[in-house]
Amino acid sequence: MKFGVVQFPGSNCDFDAYHALRHAMKRPTVMLWHKDHDLQGVDCVVLPGGFAYGDYLRVGAIARFSPLMQQVKAFARGGGHVIGICNGFQVLLELGLLPGAMLRNKNLKFLCQPVHIRIENARTDFTRAGRKGQVLRVPIAHFDGNYYAPARTLNEVEANGEVVFRYCDADGKVTDEANVNGSLHAIAGIRNAAGNVLGMMPHPERAAEALLGSTDGRTVFESLILSLERPGAKARP
Amino acid sequence: MIDKALLDQHNLTEDEYRLIVELIGKEPNLTELGIFSVMWSEHCGYKSSRVHLKKFPTEGPRVVQGPGENAGILDIGDGQVVVFKIESHNHPSYIEPYQGAATGVGGILRDIFTMGARPIAVLDSLRFGPPDDAKNRSVMEGVVSGISGYGNSIGVPTVGGEVYFDPCYNLNPLVNVFCLGLADKDKIFYAKAEGAGNKVLYVGAKTGRDGIHGATMASAEFGKETEHKRPNVQVGDPFKEKLLLEACLEVMDRGLIVGIQDMGAAGLTCSTTEMAAKSHMGIVVDLDQVPQREMGMTPYEILLSESQERMLLVATPGKVAAVQAVFAKWDLDAPVIGEVVEGGRALISFKGEVVVDIPVDAVVNLCPAYDRPILRPGPPPPAPPLESLPVPDDLGAVLLKLLASPTIADKEWVFRQYDHMVQTNTVLVPGADAAVLRIKGSPKALAMTLDGNGLYTRLDPRTGARIAVAEACRNLACVGARPIGVTNCLNFGNPEKPEVMGQFEQAVAGIAEACRTFGIPVTGGNVSFYNDTEGLSIHPTPVLGIVGLIDDIREIARPGFRAAGDAVVLIGDDREELGGTEYLKTHYGLEAGAPPAIDLEQEKRNQEFLIESIEAGLVASAHDLSEGGLAVALAECAFHARGRIGCRVDLESPLRDDALLFGESQSRILVTCRKAGLDAFLKSAAAHGVTARAIGRTGGSELVIQHAGRTVLQLTVRQAFRAWKDSLPSFFQVKT
Repeated sequence: MKFGVVQFPGSNCDFDAYHALRHAMKRPTVMLWHKDHDLQGVDCVVLPGGFAYGDYLRVGAIARFSPLMQQVKAFARGGGHVIGICNGFQVLLELGLLPGAMLRNKNLKFLCQPVHIRIENARTDFTRAGRKGQVLRVPIAHFDGNYYAPARTLNEVEANGEVVFRYCDADGKVTDEANVNGSLHAIAGIRNAAGNVLGMMPHPERAAEALLGSTDGRTVFESLILSLERPGAKARP
Repeated sequence: MIDKALLDQHNLTEDEYRLIVELIGKEPNLTELGIFSVMWSEHCGYKSSRVHLKKFPTEGPRVVQGPGENAGILDIGDGQVVVFKIESHNHPSYIEPYQGAATGVGGILRDIFTMGARPIAVLDSLRFGPPDDAKNRSVMEGVVSGISGYGNSIGVPTVGGEVYFDPCYNLNPLVNVFCLGLADKDKIFYAKAEGAGNKVLYVGAKTGRDGIHGATMASAEFGKETEHKRPNVQVGDPFKEKLLLEACLEVMDRGLIVGIQDMGAAGLTCSTTEMAAKSHMGIVVDLDQVPQREMGMTPYEILLSESQERMLLVATPGKVAAVQAVFAKWDLDAPVIGEVVEGGRALISFKGEVVVDIPVDAVVNLCPAYDRPILRPGPPPPAPPLESLPVPDDLGAVLLKLLASPTIADKEWVFRQYDHMVQTNTVLVPGADAAVLRIKGSPKALAMTLDGNGLYTRLDPRTGARIAVAEACRNLACVGARPIGVTNCLNFGNPEKPEVMGQFEQAVAGIAEACRTFGIPVTGGNVSFYNDTEGLSIHPTPVLGIVGLIDDIREIARPGFRAAGDAVVLIGDDREELGGTEYLKTHYGLEAGAPPAIDLEQEKRNQEFLIESIEAGLVASAHDLSEGGLAVALAECAFHARGRIGCRVDLESPLRDDALLFGESQSRILVTCRKAGLDAFLKSAAAHGVTARAIGRTGGSELVIQHAGRTVLQLTVRQAFRAWKDSLPSFFQVKT
């Protein structure tokens, strides 16, 4: 399978994602320039972390208007796999591909630290290499990761098993202390109802090599590879 | 008409003015006077420091570029170089902490990528007044968010640094930012304006009225009117800088330009005249072509503006279109504003009229150097004799107090606001003795650290400076890295005061001696004088930034105890040295006595032995002893261990308990080894001429220290950990 990493002018985890996918996961990976109109036949689009257009306005608010994002939107609507990491998650919310919004972290500071997240649903294309309840240690690095959605949306997301990751402690317990950014329901990652779009605040590409302290982030990429490379996997739209 | 009052406003003396008239053969007009005032300021001209800085060793087999360029360059083999430098942004950071610190980061990043290197790491050395004061807290919060806001956005990790607190920084915080970049050796660029007929392009942000005379401001003492200087501070735009970074690296990578210079201090003035002077050429500039974001700017304002995120490029006429296409891809303008010419003059026009016509050599190279009067520092204020200071009854309570003292306490509150992992190279994160970054595609790794203890330097400038170099190298040794080069930021008071120049002269001598002993070249740095506010000078604070190389990333050491049951070994000798210690300051409220002595040759032997032992796989963990001495180091090793591991040590020493536990004797390192490897380790130490004693073992949930069979300290690791961990956040309590 082939990954494509979107490059906005202010993306800064684009090469990190490329490195993890190309060198740690050993899969063909291409860069997709935000002004282009072509997804180069990739099987999975990765929206990386960073500050897409500076994010002086609401995070991700300008990125949704870029030419390439119109392609990504169509690709996702057609069932193509898309994963948004950190700023990529924020862009997916602005694009309307995922429900909810991001507020500033509850302590009103940027937070960069390893956190624990629990797999809430292992029957997704992004988590099938793991198991439900499994605790992953993956870093976060964001100012706006405090997930918010109105009560009705939140109930739907919960009821449909769309919550993929929740912040927890090392033992898998969801606590206020472990929910460092203050997200509602300690949500760290969600998927859409169709199951082909994932947004997550933690950075799996920063936890893909033992030298950097954790390989738990590989679970997400391994799951995608498993899902998209298995015989009979859904053909690209 | 130029009179004394106008010269005063421009920080120029009458003698300097006479020299300008002589050099340019005419009375300068106001714009020309402005140009000389910034280029001949202390900040740009190094007029008080130049005669002393010559003492630094600057040569070595790895040196590709020593002092005098935007940054120093060292060869690390395999066709790669590191480009690194440190800069101060002290004055702006006091006036406007967020933007002052943010633009400090922006400026040092440009110094690095202007040479063709991609910045891969930032470290900051910060000094504030104590955090129990609201104003100090607000400065600190602003500075930390400024660094975080800029560095995180542009995607360069802030991987380390240090934070000290002392009342001498109340009105004059120090913000020193270090940056290191990686480049291919055959793709280094310089600030050259070669080839008559080549075009001069302006790229990046538009020019506004911000930061006019920033460099001049940084070259004078502050009084009570600093509030009015806020407009002298620039405003940063990290997104613009990110675009500029990518576009510049792209035109350099594709070989589209001849030379490049960033517009930092003294803006367009500095970049145009320096590029021309370096190539012995002249330059013609049409200010009407300079993109401006405000109406009605005068030539004086355009030339002296320090608006951020701007660069000047020189390209052959045939490549201008290709350069402009790259910048257009990144949504940046790149207008041609001038041309390189023969003749060595800067000819600048505005609305069809020549407004500046001066020889560039006079501006750039002929700034006077002063050998200012020096008053050698006297002996430090003596500490009271130890007999008059009782050994505290409860040494455990003293340790808790030391661990909670802001200088020693955990700095996670600071560094978790920095993205220290972006670019996925960070192997050792902030809090370790030194930051360690892998080099993708290579077994090698880079280590880097910033160090400087202002109190030591105040008490004895020469010894303090030698210790700063030694400690930085020791921090590198603790992770298994050999030092390869040095940059430094020398933060001092008003150089017109002979006692300040005396401190400066001694500190420079100390740094030079230590660098010679370690065989490491100084490749550049920065001098920040006039760190006086309302007549009070800061501690003289040289900050050393030292870069180390690790041959094999698999052979590094970390500070935390690795496992229970390992042997705890102390390398180095304990002496009765309490002068200038954090203990004396925290427990007795004394900043006095002579700082610890240092034997540089012994230090070097200890470090070399440590590095070899790490490479031989004999070391399970290593941590340097610094502020707070042995007891604090033991506690920190316990805190850094996964799952927090305690230890029990049994000391035999003629020293009194407090000197043994909290003394800051130099050249000491705390190491742990597997029991099976202990004998080999100790034998090897003896063979290297190094003192190493097994003092205890790791394990349990307590820190227990015995002295001559008596238990002198016993605490749970948890209790000690909380004191260390909770201290800094407690000053900034936010209810959530």
